[in-house]
Amino acid sequence: MAAPLLEVEGVVKRFGGFTALNRVTLEVRAGERFGLIGPNGSGKTTLINCVAGSLRADEGRIRLAGQDITTLPPHRRTRLGIARSFQIPKPFTSMTVRENLEIPLEYAGHARHGGAAEAADILREIGLHAKAHLRPAGLTQIEMRKLELARAMAARPKLLISDEAMAGLSSAEVDDILAILFRLSAQGITIIMIEHIMRAVMRFSERIVVLDAGERIAEGTPAEIVRHPAVEKAYLGE
Amino acid sequence: MQRASLTVVAGAAIVAAGVALATLRLNPYLYFAGYVILQYVVIATAWNILGGYAGYVNFGTPAFFALGAYTAVALIRSLHAPLPVLILAGGLVSALLGLGIGYLTLRLRGTFFSIATLALSVVLQTMIINWEYVGGSRGISVIRPPGPPFGNYVVFLFTVMLALAVIAVTVARLIERSWVGRGLAALRDNEEAAECMGVPTLRLKLFATTVSGFLLGVAGAPFPYYVTFVEPNSAFNLDYAVNALAMPMIGGTTSWVGPVIGAILLGSAQQLATVTISSELNLFIVGVVLVGFVVLAPEGLLGLVRRLRGR
Repeated sequence: MAAPLLEVEGVVKRFGGFTALNRVTLEVRAGERFGLIGPNGSGKTTLINCVAGSLRADEGRIRLAGQDITTLPPHRRTRLGIARSFQIPKPFTSMTVRENLEIPLEYAGHARHGGAAEAADILREIGLHAKAHLRPAGLTQIEMRKLELARAMAARPKLLISDEAMAGLSSAEVDDILAILFRLSAQGITIIMIEHIMRAVMRFSERIVVLDAGERIAEGTPAEIVRHPAVEKAYLGE
Repeated sequence: MQRASLTVVAGAAIVAAGVALATLRLNPYLYFAGYVILQYVVIATAWNILGGYAGYVNFGTPAFFALGAYTAVALIRSLHAPLPVLILAGGLVSALLGLGIGYLTLRLRGTFFSIATLALSVVLQTMIINWEYVGGSRGISVIRPPGPPFGNYVVFLFTVMLALAVIAVTVARLIERSWVGRGLAALRDNEEAAECMGVPTLRLKLFATTVSGFLLGVAGAPFPYYVTFVEPNSAFNLDYAVNALAMPMIGGTTSWVGPVIGAILLGSAQQLATVTISSELNLFIVGVVLVGFVVLAPEGLLGLVRRLRGR
């Protein structure tokens, strides 16, 4: 078994009196394709925000490759190798697609000068190279999602977190994004996929953790998860 | 590197042209008005480093400007310090204010940051009003040291302000084209995404408030010698807050050229109106022009040109 790349240990996150995450513990192994699912409001995005640093965990520890990152600001975590895409795309609107990639290349990918060639490579790989000179406002929904992934890739991550990169896309487009994620995984990048589209998560993930109401209720292979009684209960009720 | 030296040469050429202009002994009023316009080039450029590049709208321009001016007043009274010292000290004190305000308020975003800076101006003015040493609410007369290095005082200060304007614009241009400027642009577009892409947003914002504060203080430091009578209402004038914001918006906030164009256009229009019609017309002009731009060319003249070219 490979060593864990990401360790989340007893993480608690409260918003006022509401406990969004209640002692969540999980491990993601290096090179793994990891699925994180759960009904709406179950705490998936909150957990991801705690891992990426946008939110700070109230309790518990988070470690990346053995290093404690619980209190690091997001940009330091990115430099250590965590990159994410956002559920609602957040492109840099005043920049072209290529310039969007040059920010992480320069700030996190250690390409202090330029990075234009690297940006072009990533865009080609993701299939956005024809749009490199456009502003994000001129992109379609799927291109916007691809830009999110491309920009995350430009940070040269060890761990890529894809937060609902496929929500609202057509079936063919979902396959398109899945193919990209499979290719990135084949390059050795560890991927956490958060997704509501079950067909995609089940096909992609080697291992899945299920959250419900801020608690971890199940873990297993896709085949185990679909048969898990607690999961069925969480999604369908009693 | 070649580009950087070209910038220096261009800057030096502008200052030399200014000095040549100063020796021409034109109508003194032209230097007097020119000083005000150049002062606005510095103010607009300084404001734009935080407001335009980083997208944090600062309503507290008068606070930084007046702090530069009052630092100079205090140093003139206590030490008879020479002008270069006044300028440097005024800049540094305002830079410290910028840094401090940055630490306290940059966790606030958008409108909340702007409100905090507005309050800053009010608080600082109240403090100055109650500080007798620098004149309190009555104001203070500043006696210029006899004999400026060349020409008369108006011509000399005009040249000094021209040099400061060149320095301010050069600094803004350097920032804009560096990794710092690209990081600021990223956080202006989306702060959370920028932070998650490795941009140290807090540090960059503190840098922007500090540099912006420094240049605003620098613009204020020669003010006591220019007007020779400093009192809180003129040093903390609302005009500075409004113009600092209006000029970059009219010119265009995303490039160093924008504030320069805006300051020259609006500043000249105001000077012209002051002479030909009335001094009270200034803010009215700003208001009308600003409304026009917000409606017709929200990205300023630069944006307008870009749009026309794109077609």
